[in-house]
Amino acid sequence: MSFLETLDKLDVSELRDTIHSVSEQDVAHTLSKQSFSIMDLKILISPAASFFLEEMATRAQKITLLRFGRTVKLYAPLYVSNECVNACTYCGFNMRNKIDRITLTLEEIIREADALYDYGFRHILLVSGEDKNKVPIKFLEDIARELSKKFAAISIEIYPLDTNDYKKLVTAGVTGIAIYQETYNRDVYKTLHKGPKADFNYRLLSTERAGEAGFRDMGIGALLGLTDFRVDMTCVAFHAAFLMKHFWKSQISISFPRMRTAAGGFSPPFVISDKELAQIIFALRIVLPDVDLVLSTREKAEFRDGMAGIGITRMSAGSRTNPGGYALADDTLEQFKVADSRTPAEVAVMLEQKNLEPVWKDFDRSFLFE
Amino acid sequence: MLLRLNGIEKTFSQQINTVSRLLLELGAKPRRVAVEINGEIIDPSLFDETPVHDRDRVEIVTFVGGG
Amino acid sequence: MKPLVIAGRKFASRLFVGTGKYPSPEILKKSLETSGTGLVTVALRRVSFNGVDPTLAAIDFNKYLVVPNTSGAKNADEAIRLARLSRTASGLTWIKLEVTPDPVYLLPDPYETLKAAEQLVKEGFIVLPYIHADPTLARRLEDLGCAAVMPLGSPIGSARGIKTEEFLKIIIEQATVPVVVDAGLGLPSHAAQALELGADAVLVNTAIAIAKDPVKMSYAFKLAVESAEAALDAGPIQEQTKASASSPLTGFLD
Repeated sequence: MSFLETLDKLDVSELRDTIHSVSEQDVAHTLSKQSFSIMDLKILISPAASFFLEEMATRAQKITLLRFGRTVKLYAPLYVSNECVNACTYCGFNMRNKIDRITLTLEEIIREADALYDYGFRHILLVSGEDKNKVPIKFLEDIARELSKKFAAISIEIYPLDTNDYKKLVTAGVTGIAIYQETYNRDVYKTLHKGPKADFNYRLLSTERAGEAGFRDMGIGALLGLTDFRVDMTCVAFHAAFLMKHFWKSQISISFPRMRTAAGGFSPPFVISDKELAQIIFALRIVLPDVDLVLSTREKAEFRDGMAGIGITRMSAGSRTNPGGYALADDTLEQFKVADSRTPAEVAVMLEQKNLEPVWKDFDRSFLFE
Repeated sequence: MLLRLNGIEKTFSQQINTVSRLLLELGAKPRRVAVEINGEIIDPSLFDETPVHDRDRVEIVTFVGGG
Repeated sequence: MKPLVIAGRKFASRLFVGTGKYPSPEILKKSLETSGTGLVTVALRRVSFNGVDPTLAAIDFNKYLVVPNTSGAKNADEAIRLARLSRTASGLTWIKLEVTPDPVYLLPDPYETLKAAEQLVKEGFIVLPYIHADPTLARRLEDLGCAAVMPLGSPIGSARGIKTEEFLKIIIEQATVPVVVDAGLGLPSHAAQALELGADAVLVNTAIAIAKDPVKMSYAFKLAVESAEAALDAGPIQEQTKASASSPLTGFLD
């Protein structure tokens, strides 16, 4: 049984109609419950629920406090390469964009990582475009082996791999994966992707292969703006619930990359407002109390500060989304523009001022009996 | 004939050959009772055929009010 | 609410009634009628030869499902023996398994109950075990094949109501068979509370039998159980978490 079967059974237009016909009375009734199920998401993510934002925020805060305490985990992305064979219309690394392409060497990556280590990070997210020649498995294994000397948690946000390759990475020290389906709408997905990434199914099942390989941490998400975000985020939630059920040893996380204009001039067909994004986050926190909800530096400081502790439990800080951005070059092209340019230390101070606890490290390999 | 009936020794002047006869003698209806002889439960359909011997331990139970 | 079905048998009433301690057979008979129940429990005792016990005549075996209990059993062997005797006497395979070695509080022995349940299920009995509100024990008994679980609200006859609420909730949440809250219910509101927590039925004996007017009390319990059922079907609101208006969390979004 895989999530593919679940997704194929889903009637997307029926789901859309249901969500859009929820009444305020439905929302009030649902919010009066003491505990929630995934089926309540349709109510909470509806347009009608937007009138209940403050109440949803209060519930989300309470649930976050119960399940996560006051902690907010911090991590940093490390862009290894901007080479890519895919032509995804919305991405700055689109192979058709004429930008300087660079793949860091192992030594350069170590220098970047050291800079991040000095900032206090112990959880690093390795990011690259899709190019199996420039960034092959062996290279990733080498990077992981090096970085796991100093970093307790290493996640990868790269192209989909098969189970055996995921297992190799786990052995080399990789602990987590982030892979966003971008959109769960097959028709829309088809129009956006050219290249290996066009394989919707293979991408969708990556987390299941990774789960089988033993990844402790698995992150999913949709690129907000590509289609009706309420429907897409409902699919994300179902996906998260599925992964939690079938890979109970893994921590599942959901990210909320919100579209901005990328190099190449792609304009998102849907623009999601701050209030709408907040509503999504509150709704997910309420129905999925144990899932990590992640906000990156794509979002501006005021928004991140407001959401920390009332749903958001993981954040990046001081990010550079161009390869070499921390210690080497600073003029290579960023994948997306960073909107919160505060240093990690500044973000940590903000959290503490909000009576929240920044967590740099929440795992250590010494916990495993090996 | 002596029987240890429900924990009490009881003497019968006459010979009691079968369980059915015993129940009749005691005035207990065979319906909704269970009979145990020497620790063995007797199938009600065999009450007519099951013998009772001298000094047998007999338990006769039925339903009473309970929670 | 989901219809109440135990071992394939449907019950219209969620109130089960015990038949012990009533002041007279006539009052017992009327109480059972007024309760609207479909299941009554009885005990197994040695026949008295000093006169016929009229209690049994007051219970219509055609009207109610009569389920014998194994009260008096102090261990699994005794319970199994009583169950076998019951089956012989009634022809029915339903049994309320009750193993209570402690004569003061009559709390059920989990180990002996588990042992007896395993054997009785093997012998084809429809087993309804009486237990403390121990979710793990309930799961074990379900796994063995018991047709329902009967966790206590408080000790038998104590009329203290539901003192095991937290654990009843867990049992109800995790149960794959019907949950019948049994023992210690003293007032109709306790019975309603059990159902509102999500229990499928309640078993009441002492609270009705020893009330001043058992027939009236039986009626009261009937109303309470029906009231809880109607309320649950009506989709009740629950405890509200009041939003704090003084320092709104979402001010930053404006």
